[in-house]
Amino acid sequence: MSLLSPEWTALLYLVAAVCFILALKGLSSPRTARRGNAIGAAGALLAVATVFCSVRLENIPLILVAIAVGAALAVPVARRVQMTQMPQLVALFNGVGGGAAALVAVLELGHQEDPWVRLAVVFTMLVGAVSFAGSAVTVGKLQELISTRPLLFPGMPWVMGAVLLGAVVSGALVVLTGSLGWSLALLGLSLAAGLLLVLPVGGADVPIVISLLNAFTGLAVAASGVVLGNVLLLVAGTLVGASGTILTKVMASAMGRGVGGIMFGAFKGGSTAGSTALSDRPVRSSSPEDIAVQLGYAQRVVIVPGYGLAVAQGQHTVAELATALGARGVDVVFAIHPVAGRMPGHMNVLLAEANVPYESLRELAEVNPEFATTDIVLVVGANDVVNPAAKSSPGSPIYGMPILEVVQAQQVVFLKRSMRPGFAGIENELLHDPKTTLLFGDAKDSLARVLGAVKAL
Amino acid sequence: MGPIALLTVVVLAVFVGFEVVSKVTSKLHTPLMSGANAIHGIILVGAIIVAGQASDPWVLGIALLAVVLATVNLVGGFVVTDRMLEMFSAHKRARIPASTGATKAGGTAGEGHPGEGGSAGAAGESR
Repeated sequence: MSLLSPEWTALLYLVAAVCFILALKGLSSPRTARRGNAIGAAGALLAVATVFCSVRLENIPLILVAIAVGAALAVPVARRVQMTQMPQLVALFNGVGGGAAALVAVLELGHQEDPWVRLAVVFTMLVGAVSFAGSAVTVGKLQELISTRPLLFPGMPWVMGAVLLGAVVSGALVVLTGSLGWSLALLGLSLAAGLLLVLPVGGADVPIVISLLNAFTGLAVAASGVVLGNVLLLVAGTLVGASGTILTKVMASAMGRGVGGIMFGAFKGGSTAGSTALSDRPVRSSSPEDIAVQLGYAQRVVIVPGYGLAVAQGQHTVAELATALGARGVDVVFAIHPVAGRMPGHMNVLLAEANVPYESLRELAEVNPEFATTDIVLVVGANDVVNPAAKSSPGSPIYGMPILEVVQAQQVVFLKRSMRPGFAGIENELLHDPKTTLLFGDAKDSLARVLGAVKAL
Repeated sequence: MGPIALLTVVVLAVFVGFEVVSKVTSKLHTPLMSGANAIHGIILVGAIIVAGQASDPWVLGIALLAVVLATVNLVGGFVVTDRMLEMFSAHKRARIPASTGATKAGGTAGEGHPGEGGSAGAAGESR
């Protein structure tokens, strides 16, 4: 079989790169997004077909088997994963991508003499391995396999410094000597750096870490493009690196934090301590029937959905409740905090799954001025995003994070599983406010009971 | 390709990335992240090249592992992004009342998503 000429190869890669740009561009509107994603997938298929036709490859049957294995692993998971577990899955896919980039770089090291290209090898290995290990920790935190609290041990900043110094030294030796032994040392140190980087990050900041590691993997892939002299990898990786960086910044500002503060805040000590003690201060609890009466005769209700709603799979029930109230003439909207759920835009995905119309979704800036004229706010499984400590107590780990100012509404009703603090591990003063009532229980059960009582009104 | 040409490509790609992402609506940030995630799975191309040039069995083994990992990233990323976006487009149709859908239902009536809760007459999304 004759191979494609370099010109044709470059041209086909260019087409694939344009497909990727169109895929991202399509996401500017929900209307074009799905088509955009299909274009992106077509671009990837074209690129893979091109590589088979343009490079003299051995082991083709084995490679095809490996691709089939990868697809067989990924597709069922991607098809079946619950929308609530999307952050874990994105982090997982990101981590394996970073790992693949690091492995590719290690294997290419032997073929490279040019110190500049070796520098790109070192960069790919370092960043890819950090992304792999960091993503693994992120998945662990999101699945609550490991504590969502910041994990720190005495002297951690020194260990981190030593690991980074070791990585720089071994990286420099790899560039100078091309030694495989030093590159394995670099790989090990980079994995350690990834662990140390993400372990101290508190649960509430995990969404930002996912985004940042996504950008990291993009940069690793871009650098591998330099190593392999492949422009498509360079363009695609740079595209993802740039977009991931922007998204990370947008996210961080939605939480009122700097990216540096999130990644290194815990090192400075105390900033993400959080209280572990359950409060035994009194709260006012209520019955589903009372809440139904309050809601059913209100003029304006704002629902604040949080991760607890998602965990309980209550998004369909809350959508039904909103419809039932709407049928009674109550004005119902949903207030979506940018970090509601566990990754940016997560709650929008969950409510889209339950067919909640866009018009009833309000973003933070739109809805905050409206709380003063709202009769009841129904907070379902959310906590940190309505916690007034973000505005009032400078010592709090979430201080400075923009919140939904539900405290300004006439009445606040919390549907909560328990008095356990939220993902950020801090207590919420609003729960003890005289205008607040609570209904304890699984979010879906509570919603179903309230829904039944509203229908019976 | 020379270093300056590479640099040119990188700089332009950075600007395209900034430009494209700053226009993405915050409602789609999750699909954006998973879509961008899928795109860097194109490291599969690199993994295939390395595996195709391996002669040492150890090198081949590691390269094939990289192929598996990269495929998981690439294929899984696009599939899951599509699944999310399908929900967004399905409910976009569902929200349009059937009465107004009747006048403009012609163009898109063929692509309804069964089982996603949209009424049949509500396919009249304007394009």
